[in-house]
Amino acid sequence: MLKKQIDTFKKYRFLLRELVKKGIKLKYRRSYLGILWTLLEPLLTTCVLTLVFGTYFGNNDKTFPVYILTGRLLYSFFSSGTKAAMKSIRQHAGMIKKVYVPKYIYPLSSVLFNFVIFAISLIVLIGAMLVFGVKPTIWLPTALLPLLMLFLLTLGGGMILSTMSVFFRDLEYLWDVALMLIMYTCAIFYKVEKLGTHQWVFKINPLYAIIKDFRMAIYGENMFSSPAWVIMPAVMSVLSVLIGVVMFKKHQDNFILHI
Amino acid sequence: MAKYAIEVNNVGMKFNLSQEKLDSLKEYMIKMLKGQLKYNEFWALKNVNFKVEQGDRVGILGLNGAGKSTLLKVIAGVFKPTEGQVIRHGRLVPLLELGAGFDSQYTGAENIYLYSAVLGYSKEFVDKKFDDIVKFAELEKFIDVPIKNYSSGMKSRLGFAIATQVEPDILILDEVLSVGDAKFRKKSEAKIMSMFKSNVTVLFVSHSLDQVKRLCNKAILLEHGELIAAGDINEVAAVYEEKTK
Repeated sequence: MLKKQIDTFKKYRFLLRELVKKGIKLKYRRSYLGILWTLLEPLLTTCVLTLVFGTYFGNNDKTFPVYILTGRLLYSFFSSGTKAAMKSIRQHAGMIKKVYVPKYIYPLSSVLFNFVIFAISLIVLIGAMLVFGVKPTIWLPTALLPLLMLFLLTLGGGMILSTMSVFFRDLEYLWDVALMLIMYTCAIFYKVEKLGTHQWVFKINPLYAIIKDFRMAIYGENMFSSPAWVIMPAVMSVLSVLIGVVMFKKHQDNFILHI
Repeated sequence: MAKYAIEVNNVGMKFNLSQEKLDSLKEYMIKMLKGQLKYNEFWALKNVNFKVEQGDRVGILGLNGAGKSTLLKVIAGVFKPTEGQVIRHGRLVPLLELGAGFDSQYTGAENIYLYSAVLGYSKEFVDKKFDDIVKFAELEKFIDVPIKNYSSGMKSRLGFAIATQVEPDILILDEVLSVGDAKFRKKSEAKIMSMFKSNVTVLFVSHSLDQVKRLCNKAILLEHGELIAAGDINEVAAVYEEKTK
């Protein structure tokens, strides 16, 4: 059974690669700056956020732009990844109705192509670290762990959403609202310590925990000094993938009757 | 090698035709609470049983809506049957809907890779066959043009050229012999005929009884999703002719 699954995956690896390539190519086709936008876009929005929250709200921290950028980059991958995965089944309806392809390829390729774009945009972060004097330490490699958790969380969330949105298209609009809520509870452009009350919100938000861990690695701190902030998102991301896979597997044969 | 290329065991395919399309959560909740969630059940296929031997060329006959295309899609693996199962042996090439998976913003060359990947070819195979595909589709001049600028004939030529690159064990044809203009039609028929020569198993759907008689040695007849005749082409064709009178 498992061997058969692996064989099928091998057979369709080429398709996965083609779909990832297609996602990246078509995203920037016909724009003059093309793939440069992956760098420009986070740069410009960070400038705006720094201007607004750095000056008006009196954050005097010199490295505040790096703080904003880390949050924004991670959040926007989660947001675009889950959204793309959610729409992937309907987007490929033409293919699904006509040829047999293992269906998980579609949400998987959507998350993957957004991850590639995200990985490229991390170059901006390196630039910002140099400019604002955030020096890399031996803890920097631990940043890979939150990135892995982020990928899993996005993939799991994306599979759950893609399954549900086949049956209820309203979800595409609801998820936009939910994403806004998630964004404001991720502490992208403010510091949690200054907030005082409502700390519990951050303790249940896995995406915030991932961003926090990632920031610690960038700023040269040991994220494992407070293990709860690593264990919670790790458990949540693995759980989301498990739930996503089970849900998707259970309903995938019915997709074709609803798209 | 197994004796049977395709075994269709007790296959049934049910569709729920809801009167109105429900795809909003609100509507669904309201209807569910009111107990109005009704579906019209519709069996497109029911208790279909047959076996196809290696090397047989089987014509699938039936009137419109008899379930021919659904049956082909079940055999090709696009639909999962509600009941029963289909067992296939060997590489299956479905010439059902040519160019499924073409992206209109992509160029012809990019689409060759994309569609080949959809059909499950490997990259090395496409690299090797790329020139043959372009040549067969007669699109040398247009291969770097986005296919949204192609005519429908050009698109189906490209789809046909890609889909027929492999040596299939099982070939599924759904009236695709009418691709492109007269010149290309002759070429595509010749190509399909060359695929017939090797010991290939063929499933063929067509409304032209003459064509089926010419190409097939066996046939099955579907009516309202049920199999009502199977066997030698001439016997089944006689039943079909009786029905269409």
